[in-house]
Amino acid sequence: MDSIRLVIVAVGGQGNLLASAVLGEAALLSGVEVKMSEIHGMAQRGGVVESAVVFGPARSTIISDGEADVLMGFEPSETLRALKKCSPDTVVITNLAPLPPFTVTIGRGKYPELETLQELIRKKCARLISFDAVALAKASGNVLGVNIVLLGALIRTGLIPIPPESLKAAIENRTKKAFLESNLKAFELGYGAADGIAAAG
Amino acid sequence: MHKLRMGRAGDRVLMLGNEAIARGGLEAGIGLGSTYPGTPSSEISANFFQLAQETGLYFQYSTNEKVALEVAAAAANSGVRSMCIMKHVGMNVAADALMTLAYVGVKAGLVIISADDPYMFSSQNEQDNRYYGKLSGLPILEPSTVSEAKQMVIDAFELSEQLNEPVILRTTTRINHSNGIVELGDIVSAEPKGDFKKDPFNYVTVPAVSRKLHVRLLENIERATALSEKSPHNRITGTGPLGLITNGVSDTYVCDAVSDLNLSDRTRILRIGFSHPMPEKRIKEFLKGCEKVLVVEEGEPYMEEAVKAFAQEAQLTLPILGKGKGLFSRLYELDPKTVRTVMANSFDIPYRPKATVDTSDVPEIPARPPTLCAGCSHRATFYAVNKATEGMDTICPTDIGCYTLGFLPPLSVGDFLICMGSSVGTGCGFSATTDKKVISFIGDSTFFHAGLNGLVNAVFNNHNLTLVILDNGTTAMTGHQPNPGVDMEALDLAGYGRVSIEKVVQAVGVEHVSVIYPYKVKKSISVIKEALAYPGVSVVISREDCVLFAKGAKKKKTRAFTIGSSCKNRRDCISDLGCPAFFIEGDRVRIDPVLCTGCAVCAQVCPENAIRPVKEA
Repeated sequence: MDSIRLVIVAVGGQGNLLASAVLGEAALLSGVEVKMSEIHGMAQRGGVVESAVVFGPARSTIISDGEADVLMGFEPSETLRALKKCSPDTVVITNLAPLPPFTVTIGRGKYPELETLQELIRKKCARLISFDAVALAKASGNVLGVNIVLLGALIRTGLIPIPPESLKAAIENRTKKAFLESNLKAFELGYGAADGIAAAG
Repeated sequence: MHKLRMGRAGDRVLMLGNEAIARGGLEAGIGLGSTYPGTPSSEISANFFQLAQETGLYFQYSTNEKVALEVAAAAANSGVRSMCIMKHVGMNVAADALMTLAYVGVKAGLVIISADDPYMFSSQNEQDNRYYGKLSGLPILEPSTVSEAKQMVIDAFELSEQLNEPVILRTTTRINHSNGIVELGDIVSAEPKGDFKKDPFNYVTVPAVSRKLHVRLLENIERATALSEKSPHNRITGTGPLGLITNGVSDTYVCDAVSDLNLSDRTRILRIGFSHPMPEKRIKEFLKGCEKVLVVEEGEPYMEEAVKAFAQEAQLTLPILGKGKGLFSRLYELDPKTVRTVMANSFDIPYRPKATVDTSDVPEIPARPPTLCAGCSHRATFYAVNKATEGMDTICPTDIGCYTLGFLPPLSVGDFLICMGSSVGTGCGFSATTDKKVISFIGDSTFFHAGLNGLVNAVFNNHNLTLVILDNGTTAMTGHQPNPGVDMEALDLAGYGRVSIEKVVQAVGVEHVSVIYPYKVKKSISVIKEALAYPGVSVVISREDCVLFAKGAKKKKTRAFTIGSSCKNRRDCISDLGCPAFFIEGDRVRIDPVLCTGCAVCAQVCPENAIRPVKEA
């Protein structure tokens, strides 16, 4: 297989690193080679957390600008900030619920309009799958399930060489038992969300 | 059972680089681990700290890297396999011990982990610690992947015992914080007790002894060179005329580029994993088979300079490219595309990189710098200092920890920082050479690490200096490790002492010592004013638990605050305090009840008394 490169961006506390760990575990269960890197020095202090997941034979654990096959953003302005990781062939998945950075509150910057943001990404990349993942997480019974909702959408694209069953098994192995039911629901809701958007073209 | 003890030999497990290194330590049967925490190395020692609570392993958080290395040096000379873990700049602190420990050597294996941080994801510089190999004469091993990192820990112990010298295992952030699939080996049970045999004429480094020991060290470097020549960690792949010399993660980028550019028939790659001493004969032989060589390494041209010198000795005139020709930068990290592009250009291979999307018309996205947490006590302290110094001309040297973030607006406290403990030492210098009031800031752990000496200096030299010690009861920045001021019993950990910051400060002769509880805003401001008015050295200990740690330990019941109708939208809360729990809705300030920790500092800052606790449901 060719290597598939996934960049995940999030704000500290959104569960990006757990999402990567679940994906890694799912790859291991599916017999797919996987490598990941993460930058989380100040994750707990509201900064940006970026991880790279490389599936397949490539040895590098990081992804250069323009070389992501998929960009998955947990926060819309962070998705836009990470656009340099994309080429015109990249598929972008983003949550649409904003977490404005504190600089906006103290008047040092303006949060981008969500419509403009989506138009820009649609124009530049192969495909955009965007939806309110927080609403779906709430519907799953756990507002913190945004990461799992997005994993559902990611698997639905079929771009990652992992079947839904392996991902569900990884959710069982890697997430807390108390949240298992809501996490599996979150996965289904995210999977369905990407389904609807894919059908609408 | 700890997750790193689970699994059998042959199991394939997805692991973080730092977990793989810790597992390597278990498979090497280490009896002692010591460290001062520092990113990107911290998870190695965090795992050992947990493992020591359920196995025979002895582990300690030492007060700084020099002490940690001294602890490990004594253990290894008592026959106990030891590992000492630090970030790259920690090696500077440990360097005094390192340089002469190389003369003395070890009896059992000692492996020093140096976790370098190219690009400075969480460091004040990006120094290349391979030069510590040259400086000290000690061997260096460098892994290229996570799975190799585990194996190299085990091999480093073997090497250390073959040479009777400490071995440095140098990683970079992209090893420490990458995940890869690792094949487990068997764990060897730890033996934390040994015996020290007196031998003062080989251990006590008076000049006459050291003159003899330096001869021994040079002989050991010769032996190490012979081992480097044969080491499987210095490996050659391919037989083509285009040579590539690589190390660390750069090797993975080169291997990917060879495959992407379809060059495997035309290249030969020398991966240097045993990088001090360099395998001179091996490199000369390698060069003889090449028409052209590209050296691919992050950081300084450490290998490139050596390779050029070897080529000169072998009278080889082939082009040797790298940083010298400006193809690769000495700044930051390498990445797969940069390496692929430089390889294609250097070897005249047609290659067009994939187009990156044009982001020139993307509107400016507001920055998201890391900030002090909602309810962080440091914010309250900085606010109180700002109020206490209104109208004063001050210089505020700061130090390394979460509180460094206080230099950002709106608090803007922090004027100078170079290294651990520098707030106090540079504070002495500013007070000696300016007439401004100097207020230095240091955290509890950093104070014990390297601030204490500076404070003694300030007292002895009678500087006009106020030192604010931000005591939040933990080493917060690196993930809440303990330090000598921490009450370990409260964490259910027996067998520890506790050092009182007040008593230490008083004992070194500071005449004006006060303690504030920064959530009490008015009182804190008045106590700080008194300390600032004292001519000489004064210390203010600002004491409040790290809110993030307290939250994790569920120590605190919190009640969020809310902004009521008496708010006149003056926004002092935002312009003077800037807690991230505030957000703007329409044109009004609101408090996020999930983020709010109930510290009540904003309620004391609000001129309208508009901020009140949320009523219980």
